[in-house]
Amino acid sequence: MNIFKKILGDRDIELLIGKQLRTGVVTASCIALLGGIFYLVQQGAASVPDYSQFKGEGAEYTSFRGIFHGVATGSATEFIQLGVLVLLATPILRIFFSLLAFALEKDRLYVLITTLVLGIILFSMFGGLKI
Amino acid sequence: MNILIFSLILLAGAYVAGLLGSLTGLGGGVILIPLLTLVFHVDIRYAIGVALLASIANSSGAATAYIKEGITNIRLGMFLEIATTAGAVGGALLAIFTPVNTIAILLGVVLIFSAAMTIRKKHEHAEQTGSKLSYLLKLNSSYPTPTGEVSYKLKNVAGGFGIMLIAGVLSGLLGIGSGALKVLAMDSTMRIPFKVSTTTSNFMIGVTAAASAVVYLQRGYIDPGMAFPVVLGVLGGAFTGARLLTFINARTLRIIFCAAITFVALEMIYNGLNHQF
Repeated sequence: MNIFKKILGDRDIELLIGKQLRTGVVTASCIALLGGIFYLVQQGAASVPDYSQFKGEGAEYTSFRGIFHGVATGSATEFIQLGVLVLLATPILRIFFSLLAFALEKDRLYVLITTLVLGIILFSMFGGLKI
Repeated sequence: MNILIFSLILLAGAYVAGLLGSLTGLGGGVILIPLLTLVFHVDIRYAIGVALLASIANSSGAATAYIKEGITNIRLGMFLEIATTAGAVGGALLAIFTPVNTIAILLGVVLIFSAAMTIRKKHEHAEQTGSKLSYLLKLNSSYPTPTGEVSYKLKNVAGGFGIMLIAGVLSGLLGIGSGALKVLAMDSTMRIPFKVSTTTSNFMIGVTAAASAVVYLQRGYIDPGMAFPVVLGVLGGAFTGARLLTFINARTLRIIFCAAITFVALEMIYNGLNHQF
């Protein structure tokens, strides 16, 4: 642990977190852009779905399995959803990095606080909140 | 209308929302929901889904610059995120049982409040005595200014935490960053200098929005056909806005936009009261 701290230092960890956030957003936008172009080429001429009535998306857009399955079969809309997943993962990953940073500083109180925040988010991801 | 034209119009609209959000300091999401519902007649639930994405993109994209300058108080942000994420998950659950018209009315009220918040007098004074909790939680810090490092201390930490809980619930319920409430909690309650509260609030918005967005994604609120033009448009607009802010004095612009947004908010409330959603 101490070796890491000497190499990185506090300030550098913060900068690393900042870079990670930007990389996440840029990656997500690139995926969304590619998927979007692909989607427009495939279905651009079709008429717009009726968004004024809420139906809710199906499993292909709302679950890891559905999205990855769609990406594997080359479907543009699932590719866009993959970009959405990367975007959602970006701030969550940032908390992981902060947790690491506080652990390196041996700041127990903040390791606890950060774990709590991470726990709440993971709970909302996997806690069966899909009603 | 075919999908190509719809996507291009939506891209342009999202760009304007991102631009206005950045110039007014309201954030892209708040402007996006009225745009999608009132102009494009999109169901408010789809609008909430993509607006959350816009908030995450905006917040994460801007955080890099702020962290580099060393203004953001990361400890404070993390501590308050306990309140905002817990609130956001609660809000996203509450959304199932809340009628859409009530959501529209609430959004209108929050929009007016946010507009008023952006043009009020800002708290710039750095307090030198903190509350007990601020020492216990190591929240007191310092930030760089042109005249050197200024240290500040926090008051009423528990009160700020409470307001953050409400900000989180609203964020989860309405799909917005609720930056205005976050700044209110830090600025007026905990007496933090304005620059620190703004940047720390921005730092928190992404995490808060992600906490409720994972629920909304699973509930089918996020449509790929709308997600890509909205995310790209808002990011582009916010980027342009940040560039423009260094050239122009945004004060007058801000007042004009805030007045315009108040009218939009009144229309949301009016339509909500007439059960138009």
